[in-house]
Amino acid sequence: MTTKKRIKVIMAKPGLDGHDRGAKLLARVFAEAGMEVVYTGLRQTPEMIVDAALQEDADVVGLSSLSGVHNYFFPRVVELLKEKGLDDVLVVGGGIIPEEDVAGLRKAGVAAIFGPGTRTDDIIKFIEDKISGT
Amino acid sequence: MEDLVAEVLQGSVRAMARLITLVENEDSRALQIMGAIYPHTGKAYVLGITGSPGTGKSTLTDKITTILREREQTVGVIAVDPSSPFTGGALLGDRIRMQRSSGDAEVFIRSMATRGNLGGLARTTADVVKIMDAFGKDWVIVETVGVGQDEVEIAKTADTTIVVLAPGLGDTIQSMKAGVMEIADLYVVNKADRLGADELLSEINVRVEQDFQIKKTAWQAPVLKTIAVENQGTESLVEAIERHRSFLRESGKLRKNRREKTRQETLALLKDEISRNVLEKVLGNGRFDALIDDIVAHKKDPYTSVQEIVRTIFPEE
Repeated sequence: MTTKKRIKVIMAKPGLDGHDRGAKLLARVFAEAGMEVVYTGLRQTPEMIVDAALQEDADVVGLSSLSGVHNYFFPRVVELLKEKGLDDVLVVGGGIIPEEDVAGLRKAGVAAIFGPGTRTDDIIKFIEDKISGT
Repeated sequence: MEDLVAEVLQGSVRAMARLITLVENEDSRALQIMGAIYPHTGKAYVLGITGSPGTGKSTLTDKITTILREREQTVGVIAVDPSSPFTGGALLGDRIRMQRSSGDAEVFIRSMATRGNLGGLARTTADVVKIMDAFGKDWVIVETVGVGQDEVEIAKTADTTIVVLAPGLGDTIQSMKAGVMEIADLYVVNKADRLGADELLSEINVRVEQDFQIKKTAWQAPVLKTIAVENQGTESLVEAIERHRSFLRESGKLRKNRREKTRQETLALLKDEISRNVLEKVLGNGRFDALIDDIVAHKKDPYTSVQEIVRTIFPEE
């Protein structure tokens, strides 16, 4: 009778780069893992991403950037989520993120950065562990 | 839980989003929640948008929403996409086409996965409509999954149903078939700049005329042309929606239709409740499995057996 609670993910590309192959692939990977994935598409402002997370009651926000804007956009999304009272939303990032930026992003509240070559199983496991743990 | 309902009624977007999740998950508190929501419903106008995949439903929803916002109406959007029957997961992509509306704080967009329901909506979509209605949205627009021919649940939920078609998807016979083509209050031929649009338009016009010859109705569904991505024909579409709304109001059909919808919904709730209670009793003891053994062994037949079960639960007076 009762429908199982499903992990809801917002998959977004902040900034202006048009490389969405990775984001689209991951959106499918998450859906295949049984999650409900809202794909918001390219060129999202942090405000749009956070509005989507708010309205969709998301558990996870996945951000992808390949143009070097992650140091601004990722922390900004975390900050806006907090402002809206969505502290419990898990924020993860991916794309082309230089190793030396990862620590700063983690400190800013991004739970994990998944670079190229990360096994998709590992990403799914990370999300499932974090969500079931809360 | 009651706090959450109170917060929704006071206009908290966060509370509405969380309440929708509870109802969507058919949480044990869902019936209680909807009971508290119901007295505050009945004010919003519900617009349904349905049609085959790729006809432009999401883009049209975005444009209609924008026009309604210009008229200072508040809007809730429910965009339904299919769940995978294999993994249960879903890729919900309707928001991509709703970029203009999604930047507007007065527009609340919620994506819903069908979670195994086959009628074009999720099982709980009608309840989510009520939550947005109680929140105070003037309009609730429900976009169905891309439908084939048989998914007509939207007509049970919406006050006005739009069937969106696009050229290149079939011949005359398609437009004569039963199902989705029967539920339109308005037809839209979208992508009207494409080859075959005029033929499609005249085919549908023929169908509408046939419908009228077979059965005279007070409302004859208009057939409109749009190019949603270029925002062409969308103002006329909203005008046509408003005309249908006025027609429903003035003819008394709005009240009549909503009564019928309430009847259907209440009946469905009653059936759910009865089957839940009955199944608890029947499956609660081990006798059902024993019965199945007898049926498999052909000592009993299932047809007589179920009648016996029901008769023991509801003895005839």
